[in-house]
Amino acid sequence: MTLTSNNDIILSNTETVPGKQIVEFYGVVTGNTVRAKHVGRDIMAGLKNIVGGELVGYTELLQDSRQEATERMVAQARSVGANAVINVRFATSSIAQGASELFAYGTAVRVA
Amino acid sequence: MSTSWQLALNYGVPLALLIIAYVIGSLLERRHFASIRKREAGVRNFPVLTTAELPPDWQAHDARLLVGNVVVSLDYFKRIIAGLRSIFGGRIKTYEPLLDRARREAVLRLVEQAKAGGFDALINVRLETSRLANSAGGEGTAGIEMLAFGTALRTNTSRFNAR
Repeated sequence: MTLTSNNDIILSNTETVPGKQIVEFYGVVTGNTVRAKHVGRDIMAGLKNIVGGELVGYTELLQDSRQEATERMVAQARSVGANAVINVRFATSSIAQGASELFAYGTAVRVA
Repeated sequence: MSTSWQLALNYGVPLALLIIAYVIGSLLERRHFASIRKREAGVRNFPVLTTAELPPDWQAHDARLLVGNVVVSLDYFKRIIAGLRSIFGGRIKTYEPLLDRARREAVLRLVEQAKAGGFDALINVRLETSRLANSAGGEGTAGIEMLAFGTALRTNTSRFNAR
């Protein structure tokens, strides 16, 4: 899945951007989203729960959510003048019944 | 007459569900494992590293974060077995293949993306597992998510160009 719609900001989960030098640090940037599953998906997932296996609706839901969180992180990086976010991490937490928070965070840097 | 109908309804429906779940669930699992093995064979020579450090002869450029995920659940039959097992404790064998195939599926999705995008290697691959809460408010889970992510690279190493 593609994490961002445009690639002006380089993302990497390593401590450097391979093949590039870090010239400036801008600190931590974060992005989050809280999502609830919708009833239609729940019913389908409920049926799928009988035979087991992949719950495609949920796979897509989490994909969309993670993309949203990443986009927000990237927007923040862009606003501070960075051109890359390194050491990106993802986290998921259950906030309430049926709702999950997904967030992405990393270090905004300028690479050359 | 009505009591026998009630009896059939009370015990027959869950029993039928158990049988359906067992038969279809096992079939789907076998098929999924077959698909995983086949696809894994196809990407076997694609370098996937869990380390962030590059081998010294790699000249990397164009790094990109890629993500692969999958949400899975146990079938009804195996959930019941797992529930029984947790009374006595010990190894819950029904969960092991589920988590195994989900994790391998997530990694495959990650690697297949890197390959499709024309990348030459994946480094610093990380795996994460998380539980989706059940919206019905029950104890059980709605699903388990497996997440695989890593940094895809293009390299100009002859080792890859030769392939």
